[in-house]
Amino acid sequence: MLDFLRQPWPWYVAGPLIGLTVPALLLLGNKTFGISSSLRHICAACIPARIPFFRYDWKKEVWNLFFVGGILVGGIIASVWLNNPKPVAVNPQLVSELGAYGIHNYSSIVPADLFSWPSLLTLRGFLLMVVGGFLIGFGTRYAGGCTSGHSIMGLSNLQWPSLVATCCFMIGGFIMANLILPFILQL
Amino acid sequence: MSASSIKKENTDYEVRADHAMCVNESTLDRPLYTNIKYALLGMLFGIVFVKAEIVSWFRIQEMFRLQSFHMYGVIGSAVVVGMLSVFLIKKSGARSIEGEPIRIESKKFNKGQIYGGILFGLGWAMTGACPGPLFAQIGTGALVITVTLLSAIAGTWVYGKFSNRLPH
Repeated sequence: MLDFLRQPWPWYVAGPLIGLTVPALLLLGNKTFGISSSLRHICAACIPARIPFFRYDWKKEVWNLFFVGGILVGGIIASVWLNNPKPVAVNPQLVSELGAYGIHNYSSIVPADLFSWPSLLTLRGFLLMVVGGFLIGFGTRYAGGCTSGHSIMGLSNLQWPSLVATCCFMIGGFIMANLILPFILQL
Repeated sequence: MSASSIKKENTDYEVRADHAMCVNESTLDRPLYTNIKYALLGMLFGIVFVKAEIVSWFRIQEMFRLQSFHMYGVIGSAVVVGMLSVFLIKKSGARSIEGEPIRIESKKFNKGQIYGGILFGLGWAMTGACPGPLFAQIGTGALVITVTLLSAIAGTWVYGKFSNRLPH
């Protein structure tokens, strides 16, 4: 059983399980699924700085912080007890492309060749981790949600603004991965 | 609702609902420990994230290069299951286990969904993560991603600070 769980899960198992999070949250306590809001609640709790956008009772949304805390624990459980010892199997085309940039280590979820404490001090690492992170936080709030709030919850509720947002997420991703990232990886 | 419409007379709920898909609809005041159920659900969710490699930087690169169906299958099937669930919940008029009627607010369009969406997409392809996966990546032992998470919190803060000067 454990060996079965340890191998990578196919999309047709993972996708429906993620979709079921939507009714699970609604039925557990009338909560709408969304994760990027947790970043805002952290701002409201720790550094509100009299900004109107952060002046609300964040304790009313504390369930969201429990939820993301759970995700972190889930990450620990999956990597400690359900770890797949084999490297992630990706398209050989990607392997040859990334090989040209010196990326050869496929053993962990995030490439050790790019994301590490020493690489944080390089321009490449700084751009990927610090600038990339900033864009996630700024962009998701500007858009009013992320992949969970818009692409899963919003689309499930047939909201067309969420469809617009989801298309824009994909456009941004395609532009970065195909047109900009090659220059960053060269650094 | 636009960010500039936040005024002092707005209710706490209106401020929270501004630029957020995910708002706590509950009006019940529940003790803190009742939130443990959300932590458990988050934990299951985090395990799925890692085991299906949705939080893998490599998988995200494959998706944006159209080199694999995996991520499209995950998101597509999640949306289908989510849609069916929401339809059934609305149709049946189901209540939460705490007895509240289930309400899901509709969202209004604003240009932030375009500008912000594209900016987030850029960051998604750089880090290989959306906000949820950041937490899962840290859990798998990639502690350096705490820097990315802190930077994302800073990005949210900067948005909040300047939101009324940005086009919406």
